[in-house]
Amino acid sequence: MAKKIDQAQVRKVAKLSRLELTEAEVEEFTGQLRAILDYVEKMNELDTTNVEPLAHCLPLSNVFRQDRVKESLGTEKTLGNAPQRDGEFFKVPKILDDSSGA
Amino acid sequence: MVTEELSARQLRDRIAAGQITSVEAAEAVFKRIEELEPVIGAYISTYHDRALETAADVDRRLIAGEPVGRLAGVPVAVKDNMCTTFGATTCASKILENFHAPYNATVVEKLLAADAVIVGKTNMDEFAMGSSTENSGLKQTVNPWDTTRVPGGSSGGSAAAVAARLCFAALGSDTGGSIRQPAGFCGVVGLKPTYGRVSRFGLVAYGSSLDQIGPVTRTVADSALMMNVIAGHDPADSTSVDEAAAPVCDYLEKLNEPLKKLKIAIVPEFGAGADEQVQKAMTEAIDVYKKLGAQIVEIDMPHLDYAIAAYYIIATAEASSNLARYDGVHYGHRSEKATDYVEVYSKSRAEAFGKEVKRRIMLGTYALSSGYYDAYYLKALKVRNLIRGDFTSAFEKCDCIMMPVSPTVAFKIGEKIDDPLQMYLSDIYTIAANLAGVPGISVPCGFDQNNLPIGLQILAPAFAEDKLLAIARMFEKETDWHTKMPAIIT
Amino acid sequence: MSELQHKVIVGLEIHVQLCTKSKMFCGCAAEFGAEPNSRVCPVCLGMPGVLPVMNKQAFEYAVLVGLALNCRIAAFTKWDRKSYYYPDLPKNYQISQYDLPLSTNGYIEIPLESGRTKKVRITRAHLEEDAGKNLHTAGDFSQVDLNRTGTPLLEIVTEPDMSSGAEVRALAAELQRMVRFLGVSEADMQKGHMRFEPNINLVITKDGRQYKTPIVEIKNLNSFRALERSVDYEEQRQLDEFLETGEVMEMGNKTTRGWDDEREVTVLQREKEEAHDYRYFPEPDLVPVELTDAWLEEIRGRLCELPIKKQIRFVEQYKLSDYDAGVLTADRSTAEFFDEVVKAGGDPKRACNWVTQDGLRLAKERGCRVDELGISPQQVAELTNMIVMGDVSATAATAISDIMVTSPDLSARRIAEEHNLIQKSDADELEAIVDQVIAANPNAVEDVTSGGKKSKKARGFLLGQVMQKTRGQANPKVVSEILAKKLG
Ligand SMILES: [Zn+2]
Repeated sequence: MAKKIDQAQVRKVAKLSRLELTEAEVEEFTGQLRAILDYVEKMNELDTTNVEPLAHCLPLSNVFRQDRVKESLGTEKTLGNAPQRDGEFFKVPKILDDSSGA
Repeated sequence: MVTEELSARQLRDRIAAGQITSVEAAEAVFKRIEELEPVIGAYISTYHDRALETAADVDRRLIAGEPVGRLAGVPVAVKDNMCTTFGATTCASKILENFHAPYNATVVEKLLAADAVIVGKTNMDEFAMGSSTENSGLKQTVNPWDTTRVPGGSSGGSAAAVAARLCFAALGSDTGGSIRQPAGFCGVVGLKPTYGRVSRFGLVAYGSSLDQIGPVTRTVADSALMMNVIAGHDPADSTSVDEAAAPVCDYLEKLNEPLKKLKIAIVPEFGAGADEQVQKAMTEAIDVYKKLGAQIVEIDMPHLDYAIAAYYIIATAEASSNLARYDGVHYGHRSEKATDYVEVYSKSRAEAFGKEVKRRIMLGTYALSSGYYDAYYLKALKVRNLIRGDFTSAFEKCDCIMMPVSPTVAFKIGEKIDDPLQMYLSDIYTIAANLAGVPGISVPCGFDQNNLPIGLQILAPAFAEDKLLAIARMFEKETDWHTKMPAIIT
Repeated sequence: MSELQHKVIVGLEIHVQLCTKSKMFCGCAAEFGAEPNSRVCPVCLGMPGVLPVMNKQAFEYAVLVGLALNCRIAAFTKWDRKSYYYPDLPKNYQISQYDLPLSTNGYIEIPLESGRTKKVRITRAHLEEDAGKNLHTAGDFSQVDLNRTGTPLLEIVTEPDMSSGAEVRALAAELQRMVRFLGVSEADMQKGHMRFEPNINLVITKDGRQYKTPIVEIKNLNSFRALERSVDYEEQRQLDEFLETGEVMEMGNKTTRGWDDEREVTVLQREKEEAHDYRYFPEPDLVPVELTDAWLEEIRGRLCELPIKKQIRFVEQYKLSDYDAGVLTADRSTAEFFDEVVKAGGDPKRACNWVTQDGLRLAKERGCRVDELGISPQQVAELTNMIVMGDVSATAATAISDIMVTSPDLSARRIAEEHNLIQKSDADELEAIVDQVIAANPNAVEDVTSGGKKSKKARGFLLGQVMQKTRGQANPKVVSEILAKKLG
């Protein structure tokens, strides 16, 4: 049984979720998430030892497309909704760390 | 004359017959929008000029004897989580308030190809997260039957628009009941098709393995008509089913096919949690079927009780990932207070997402995070399998399952907004169909003492929409609930 | 000083960009060097509502590499989302494979010093989508270009089986050669088609006890040189650090470093605490892939003889040096052309010389491959045999080759004859000329027979005279033999 979610975990999850929370929100969410998770623990009444997880409802497999080039949007449309741009690029504040994952 | 009794199919037929012009129909709808929309608040945006242009084009082609589509001239609405190249696609979120999609959702393309006249885009709970449309970040929608009450959600705008005759039919999306429940609350027909029946391409994702687009209409026949337009395989959606595997049929044509020896299952224990008046309406609805010769079987679906728990883990886990893209970098709201790129994320999201969206992102992130994945997410997927198993064995014993859409009628605005868990629990009857991927429909089956609509929910095996609609149509033929109109429009 | 020995242990993560025409999940062209953000569509831009559809070619390319790496290919594989926030990743998750990768448990054979090879175990190889590019050169902000976003990438992870920078480099080079042979990647380092992340630590034996230093991962290396140097640098750095701090490997003390190419040092990278909580879960927008036996066999049919195998075979079967075999197998078309020449009856050694010298030179001049010169393997085989038979000299062979490129229909012999390039090897005919030269140059003959310091030079002079008389067409080997016979 997982231990009850506390404010420290809520802060950590907020960070993982890239959500800046106010102190009031941390408090509010801690209580609400705790209530929801308490309810969710109901699942533990079920023995699922030999049950396969079901991620897809459909028994589908092997859906492919052929390796054919289709027209792209073009630079202007690609950047059309950009909050900030620099010429042909999206613009963001200077990235100083390397947290690329790929 | 464009009257409020006219259904979408009747309107289409009259337009085709030259009795009404498309422009007349569109003008009638916009006149009603002008009168009622300030009260109802069903739309986030409307496209008066564009709609009238389309309508005029349909009229021109009809006069010229050119072929027209299946919805030629019919004013329809689209939930604002389906992408359109015209106007904004907001998902009722401040984060997408000014987002202009460079492409149309497949269903939008299909509506356009069918010559439907798109009136506007309807309000919803932000990113389809909610059961009352109170979570819209942009505006409030009220229930046409009682404007102090919610229209249901998340497709509350679509249901309210159809109920208040602000369009002839609408598209909604249903992740845990978001078509069926507002349809029930607003006294209209709402169909959630089988997962994979209607393309999700261009539907802004909430819970990808659960989301499905479907029609909100005044009649069952209109639902069938809309399905004829939107159902089918889409190569752009890997989870849309090949028509060879599950053929699409003419749902309108099969609507009145007689169903012999209909076997209806009810789940007595599960239905017992509903309000007394809802239960009463259910019993009466079942009696209608009994009179028509249907056989009623009582079944047990032992895992349905766990559907809400599994759903709120799976849906939020997927949502936490689906909504990660709203980060203020490539499109959407960017905080002006951000000083580094990490703050672009955390401040933009904090400023522009509403509370419920934040809550669900948090819950989903937690369920997927290191150390909790097995206890929550994986467990939920296993429970999902058990729930699907309940349906598989149920459908061995019956043609369809009937239960209420919702345990209550439409509740008061603000009544549940501060207690998210209570709000979640109101989805108890609708969620299981999404977890199992099966189709479900909500049809009007009565009113409570306050003249608020009650919905009957019918669930059928995967890809049996034809049968589901035919069963719903049997009921509609015998009753007149669907002909009742909210006082506000008369 | 106390007894101290150490061994460096390296495992490698390699990202190889597959050379499909379109991206992995959308139809945008996967091409390098286009105008920024011009190869982007709603799907790879991660716009609201979009859905991915798998590129079949990318999947088959990945299977092909898995087979070449001797991996177990999964009959059932699925997609997962890997979550992290970065501006070059528009969805803020990457579609990848987590617990059911496409291929596992293989090995790659890499060439070490002359002829020796080593097997390095492959842990897994899986498909994923590439991110875009963040550029930091514009000023006090960064720029994002999404052209690369969604390009198919194969991530290959090896076991920690390598024990030097040179070995790591050899593996990288072998993999490059392999994927090029298979035609699944251009593997062009300049274009970032191959990127490396070595995991390095040391096993140190000190006073009879063994210590393992904390693992260091070096991020994003994109040249063989940087790869080798960074491993060598880490070896020394970790040794020094161990002697200073005594810190050993434990849970959670793995660090990440970057490579500073100018200073040739690794630099510690600060990492966010939550950096490794990627929250993998099954990608709901994609369905699994079930690889039937028939399909797998069909893909297996597209395998070719791998470069390392070819190289070994060339050494064993044709008695080539390991170096020559290596040059021939650097490129598939060259190796196969060589093989064709030999199959057409060409002398292996001469064929090797022709391909690696005249062939590659001509190809370079024309900017094409050896097999695209218009010279057939049969022509080359004939030419090599003419060299062996002494019918043409090496110099003449080069001249013939130059003519062959422009007159591809003519046989090597015909060209030699038409251009008077056939050398005289007929001993009787040459003996008569040698006799004339001897008679005409008594002083030189004297120098040769007296055997002194001038002997060698005089012999050369006489040979030169014979060559002159025959207008260069005498076979110098035969002339030397006759001279030796006559003058001792
Ligand atoms: Zn694209």
